[in-house]
Amino acid sequence: MKRFPRSTLAVTVAGAASFALLMSGCSAGADTGQSTDKNVKLTVATFNEFGYEDLFAEYEKANPNVTITHKKAATSNEARDNLTTRLAAGSGLSDVEAIEVDWLPELLQYSDQFVDLTSDDVKDRWLDWKTEAATDADGRLIAYGTDIGPQGVCYRSDLFAAAGLPTDRAEVAALLGTSWESYYAAGEKFAAAGTNVPWFDSAGATWQGVVNQMPNAYEEEDGTIIATENPEVKEAYTSVLGASTTLSAHLGQWSDDWTASFQNDGFATMLCPGWMLGVISGNAEGVTGWDIADTFPGGGGNWGGSYLTVPEQSKNQVEAQKLAAWLTAPEQQLKAFESKGTFPSQVDALASDELLSATNEFFNNAPTGEILANRAAAVDVTPFKGEFYFAINDAMQQALTRVEDGSMTPDESWAQWVTDVESLG
Amino acid sequence: MTTAAAAAEVNARSIRRIALSHKLSRWDVRFSPYLYISPFFLVFGVMGLFPLLYTAWVSVHDWNLIGGQGDFVGLENFVTVLTQGYFWNSLRNTFSIFLLSSIPQVLIALGIAAVLDFNLRGKTFWRMGVLLPYVVAPVAVALIFNDLFGDKYGLINSGIMSLGLEPIRWHVDVIPSHIAIATMVNFRWTGYNALIFLAAMQAVPRDYYEAAIIDGANRWRTFRSITLPLLRPIIIFVILTSTIGGLQIFDEARMFDNVGQGGASRQWQTLTLYIYELGWNQRNFGRASAVAWLLFLIIILIAVINFLITRRIAGTADRKLRVRPKGMK
Repeated sequence: MKRFPRSTLAVTVAGAASFALLMSGCSAGADTGQSTDKNVKLTVATFNEFGYEDLFAEYEKANPNVTITHKKAATSNEARDNLTTRLAAGSGLSDVEAIEVDWLPELLQYSDQFVDLTSDDVKDRWLDWKTEAATDADGRLIAYGTDIGPQGVCYRSDLFAAAGLPTDRAEVAALLGTSWESYYAAGEKFAAAGTNVPWFDSAGATWQGVVNQMPNAYEEEDGTIIATENPEVKEAYTSVLGASTTLSAHLGQWSDDWTASFQNDGFATMLCPGWMLGVISGNAEGVTGWDIADTFPGGGGNWGGSYLTVPEQSKNQVEAQKLAAWLTAPEQQLKAFESKGTFPSQVDALASDELLSATNEFFNNAPTGEILANRAAAVDVTPFKGEFYFAINDAMQQALTRVEDGSMTPDESWAQWVTDVESLG
Repeated sequence: MTTAAAAAEVNARSIRRIALSHKLSRWDVRFSPYLYISPFFLVFGVMGLFPLLYTAWVSVHDWNLIGGQGDFVGLENFVTVLTQGYFWNSLRNTFSIFLLSSIPQVLIALGIAAVLDFNLRGKTFWRMGVLLPYVVAPVAVALIFNDLFGDKYGLINSGIMSLGLEPIRWHVDVIPSHIAIATMVNFRWTGYNALIFLAAMQAVPRDYYEAAIIDGANRWRTFRSITLPLLRPIIIFVILTSTIGGLQIFDEARMFDNVGQGGASRQWQTLTLYIYELGWNQRNFGRASAVAWLLFLIIILIAVINFLITRRIAGTADRKLRVRPKGMK
């Protein structure tokens, strides 16, 4: 399919009338372009909760010629399977497909399957690292950022009090400190008080926090796999497992045991991105004492977050891009935050009063908006995730689990991981 | 034209016509049966044979899920897979889970069928009850059983720990994980097999039992000497189908934990799970197809062994059948 420069296409949320004028002027001759006065049916595929239901109705009202069909997958894995299968088949994708940051690198390899969404109107809309992650080697932007997962540390203030530790948010932040060493040291202090409650949920979850702070953990930018020789990785592996022996609850994250542990004082702290707040309040229903501290070990950290893409398969690429741009505009993303708690990745949204004044009742009325905005600003590393990132990290998670469940020693498990990584090539 | 010539002409034509209709009806007799069964083979060709051959084609190439066909690599995919520990590991798991599920399944199903064969009150109720687990989707079964087999907060381990014993590490140790998965498989399939056995048992002429009871045989003796021998062909059928099913166990193993790859050390990764991991996780369709083909060959091999054994057993069963009733009369 031929591509036409779209930089001249204004994709703003201005009135439909000005759109009609602009589009008819610019998209004439584009084989994929449609003029706005024609009726357009757009399909949008999302997963989990994007908080877009009301926004679709609003968009349809402002653009009477557009009808939106929403396809919602229950989990992001389901959405990933669906996306890759249909990408492989060459048909069947929606006009706007939501994707998650974890599988973005695999898709970047096939960035020609997605429409280049670069446009002057959205140039500085997002945090730099959010945009960078969705830009391919040729500088094409294939996805518009929706939300991000800046991480703080969630903790049980009641368990802290029982261990004689401070419970106030600011004091806890000072106690946890800003390095992994200080975070583990606080854990040792907590364990020494004899509460018999583990400090964090699993080595795997802690690993996610550590590895997302390495610019090139597993792969160089040119695709060379350095995972097994990277001293940083080995060092982190040793330190996380060292802490895990005394501090971890040894629960595999998302396992049934992990979910059940929220009702059983399973652990005292966990690394929590914004979207995790909803998970905690859901799993720990009826449990009081959860709070969130405005700090994160080892600098800032981002975990997860999503994007909207327009596949080349789409027959309404121009209209789809327009919708994606509108949905990811700060105003709309703030409404999504209000409805489902998805934390915005847009610079303007991050500075808005609406966001900064948001509080969370379950977390002891913590000013979650302000805390997470601070956490987002603290993110200074964009980890490079290449073709094999997902598979290598997955193998690493299993390596950590093998040590945690006692089936292997750290050295045996490392050797197995090296074999696993080598077999990927 | 003379009348005679005209008559001869008409005659010849009618002979030809008769000959044609003869030929047509002969064709009808000869070819129609093939036409009638052809839909199955056409569907099989499209849904069975073509994928089979295409998988072979994929397996000798570099092939990415999204990127598609790459270079021709010959048997390299097979060599890589065969030299990887995970292949042999998953082969071991597959057989272990297959044996742990199929053997108890057939034995228990036979027992249940024998009980259902008695004159029970509310026959239909019991029979439907036995079939009920089969209706439940495997994924739903897995969700329910995962509550039983939780390592820390599972129902079984809670019971064991309340007795002061060490909890069983269902998701860590190899054999316990296989037992847990086999339990889910058995839960679904035992009732189904029991009904097949029951149908076969009901076809056994009641005279045999009466004659045997008159001769003083007890229930166990009649079960062993009449029911079992007459059930042999059905037992063979059930063993065959459960072999094919057992070598392809996927849902239960995939749902056994939240990662779905068969455990951190691949404790319960079956061959089908391994195929899934290669194809959808690593996106290496070439290697996934190579394993698929190896699995196909293994199933063929076992089917041949099965066939050889069954032919012998079926042969002796026939002989016994011919002899037994006479001897008993």
